[in-house]
Amino acid sequence: MERKEIKFVLNGKPYEMSIPPWRTLLEVIRDDLKLTGTKEGCGQGECGSCTVIMGGKTVNSCLVPALEAEGQEITTIEGLAEAATLHPIQEAFVEQSGMQCGFCTPGMIISAKFLLDRNPSPSESEIRDGIAGNFCRCTGYTKIIESISAAAEAMKGGT
Amino acid sequence: MEEYAVIGKRIPRVDARAKVTGEAKYAADYEMPGMLWCKVLRSPHAHAKILNIDTSQAERLPGVKGIITGKDFGGWRWGWMPKTRDEAPIADDKVRYLAEAVAAVAAADEETAEEAADLIQVEYEALPGVFDPEEAMKEGAPQLYDHVKNNISWEFHMDFGDVDKAFGKSDLVREERFETGRVTHGYLEPPAAVALWDSSGITIWAAKQSPYFLYRHLAACFKLPLSKVRVIQPFIGGGFGGTKNDSLAGDFCAVLLSKMTGKPVKFVYNMEEELMTSRRRHNMVVYNKMGMKKDGTITGMHSRVVADGGAHTAIGPLTMYLTGCMSTLPYKLPNFRHDAYRVFTNNPVSAAMRGHGITAEIQMEMMAEELGIDPLDVRLRNAITAPHKTINKVTVDSCGLKEGLEVLAERPEWKERAARKQDDAIAHGVGISGTSYLSGARQRGHQSCAAVVRLCEDGSIDYLTGATDCGQGSDTVLVQIIAEELGLTVDDVDIKRVDTAVTPCDAGSYGSRVTVLAGEAAQKAARDVREQLAKFAADKWEANPEDIVFENRQVYVKGSPDRSMAFEQLAKIACYSGAGAVIMGKGYSEYGIDILDFDRGAGNSGTAYSFTSQLSEVDVDRETGFVRCKKMVIAHDCGRPLNPINVEAQNQGAAVQGLSQALYEEFKMDQGRTLNPNFVDYKMVLSPDTPQIEVIDIITDDPHGPYGAKEASEGAIVSAPPSVVSAIHDATGIWFKEQPVTPEKVVMALKEKKKSSK
Repeated sequence: MERKEIKFVLNGKPYEMSIPPWRTLLEVIRDDLKLTGTKEGCGQGECGSCTVIMGGKTVNSCLVPALEAEGQEITTIEGLAEAATLHPIQEAFVEQSGMQCGFCTPGMIISAKFLLDRNPSPSESEIRDGIAGNFCRCTGYTKIIESISAAAEAMKGGT
Repeated sequence: MEEYAVIGKRIPRVDARAKVTGEAKYAADYEMPGMLWCKVLRSPHAHAKILNIDTSQAERLPGVKGIITGKDFGGWRWGWMPKTRDEAPIADDKVRYLAEAVAAVAAADEETAEEAADLIQVEYEALPGVFDPEEAMKEGAPQLYDHVKNNISWEFHMDFGDVDKAFGKSDLVREERFETGRVTHGYLEPPAAVALWDSSGITIWAAKQSPYFLYRHLAACFKLPLSKVRVIQPFIGGGFGGTKNDSLAGDFCAVLLSKMTGKPVKFVYNMEEELMTSRRRHNMVVYNKMGMKKDGTITGMHSRVVADGGAHTAIGPLTMYLTGCMSTLPYKLPNFRHDAYRVFTNNPVSAAMRGHGITAEIQMEMMAEELGIDPLDVRLRNAITAPHKTINKVTVDSCGLKEGLEVLAERPEWKERAARKQDDAIAHGVGISGTSYLSGARQRGHQSCAAVVRLCEDGSIDYLTGATDCGQGSDTVLVQIIAEELGLTVDDVDIKRVDTAVTPCDAGSYGSRVTVLAGEAAQKAARDVREQLAKFAADKWEANPEDIVFENRQVYVKGSPDRSMAFEQLAKIACYSGAGAVIMGKGYSEYGIDILDFDRGAGNSGTAYSFTSQLSEVDVDRETGFVRCKKMVIAHDCGRPLNPINVEAQNQGAAVQGLSQALYEEFKMDQGRTLNPNFVDYKMVLSPDTPQIEVIDIITDDPHGPYGAKEASEGAIVSAPPSVVSAIHDATGIWFKEQPVTPEKVVMALKEKKKSSK
């Protein structure tokens, strides 16, 4: 079976892997690296449950061929907390009840991180647009928006 | 009212940390050494006889370890009632809906399993199908089951008072046709499980919101005692009724393939498979006839309901029951007749989904409009107050409907609605609704619901419940109850995940029953521990056990705070003194022992009833027909919120699900085929299209629920659609009676209106 070599950095840790060329980034993350925090919902780039940051941008990892990860830096939900200390966005989701079933939560928090990294003081409508690629069926989005807004407030002055 | 230490506080969810870090494991996140993958082969026909299945090519594919067809289940059928057992794990004689399972494969990996499934040759004899329930009821329509005449899956009739006489004495009688829409639950986690058959029987990690249903189904299907069936519950990625409240082809196939191969077997449905086969909400056509006096008083109602049941009965009889028996709330209805038909068609199976009902609410307002009565006045005129007994013997002991409506009446969005109207491109409208939902639902049989609370010798608590948190936050509320009763904090109590080998039986997550019923069990079990511990404290201090107080992680004698010690110390005394006590408390819910008259529709289907009044504000684009809901205000009577932030969250989520169903979501069907089995084309709502939502708690302290609590998770999915439809009417002057109110429908109706007004 044809395989390709790739190197990338995930959550600050370097990886070298040999993978079949059709493997998706999501499969590499979940099945090869066993990082199951990133979820597969629809598998066709609609639901946002598999959102990760690659090369400084959010991507639906179910649609990204893993070969594109060559030389990239990737952040998944497991890469946010530092040891026992939650990232301020995670902290805000806990405090503001920004999750219910939790299945969309990893992707939602990653989208929130990407938003706040670029725009530290987003308006409500900018938050809504920032998570427009992430479905949530449980919350009606209200508590998620409040969580992101609280995180932005908490992160003022830098993370 | 009594002041509580933990109850009623905005405490973060106990599962929050696991969920924000990605640590929480869902069914698809489990794997085991040597695990095989299961793939289900599905029918390309909506209605066909299975003539032959040739698996020889698939068997020869390297990596294939096992293949099964319907015959391997020996004709076993399951269903909600003994007389409705009409569904096989895999179709064995004929397929009755498109994408029904016909075979399954276990292989070394997922790709091989998929490839092998494609190599199975199934020979079908296509049969004519029937897809419209009203057509299916006619003589000569294609029959799904030989023994079922006119495809009537279930009938349910109620007749209370004298509806004809009431209509005769009415000033206005109107009949309208409503259609509720083809919608589904839309959870993001597709069905999945890992199953293992070994010498101890079946162990399955399955995505179920009511694991004990699967437990019973597996025992029956595989002829094992219940003690040999172990369902272990992972985190659940949303439920909302229906599919995750029932068993699936994948569950039975993974178990049988594990039995055949001796290996653990996993399946994960893909989203297309999920949306093509999941149990949906019944699309109901409702012919609703209502009588009204000039002053707006409702005199009687006759509803004729034709529901698309799809190919199997599933939990349909309960849905039909609730549709009827809940019609007598929340407005006074002295005369009521209800004729409901659930009809088999060659569409995917319909079952329960969060919340019920929209039609009577809209019709009442339509008739009030004709009589020149304000939408708020007609609601206040007919609203019940507690105590109340409906004509079908539903008893209401707490009711915050009027208070809720009065709160909304004072809102600027309502009072200033006329001033905000402008006759320009965007039409503004405000609507209200007042609705009710049952709390602490009871099914027929299988009600048992218990809790076990174990004291650890360091004073921490293990809490075992069979109740499932599929996202609603019940784990947190149940832990709060234990902590409150023992004078501890939520951090002192650990709730274990449901495991049918360990946790006590529970009916499941449906009908807003967990907080009320599992909460009652939790309260009793914690009190049992408290009583056992109090004896040790009483012995030490030569006091009465009844005088021992548990508070702030301390224990003391009432009135003499000098005689006190840490809870932990008392735990040690109990566990270490003498032979050493093992303190386990147990309790079970005793609500729900009344007998329902399931055939006539009388009696209480829940232990209490919640009331939700809602205001919705919309902007309707006259040119594109697009409706944007800008704001919702929900005045919700859940008795008493045990965790207010969680209650808000439940209301917001339910209201948006209702909004999405009212405006956007719809399965497009063609001859039994779902044309849009993906979230984008199905049009599930995203964050930019959701309103700001304010939730106001109406406190009524229900006498039956723990600490006065009632339902909090389904009320707002009932109140949202009628308030949105009412708001669209306020904006456009048009009543939309079929969900969803799509831009196409709005544009066409506005054109029609313009034409007829010329």
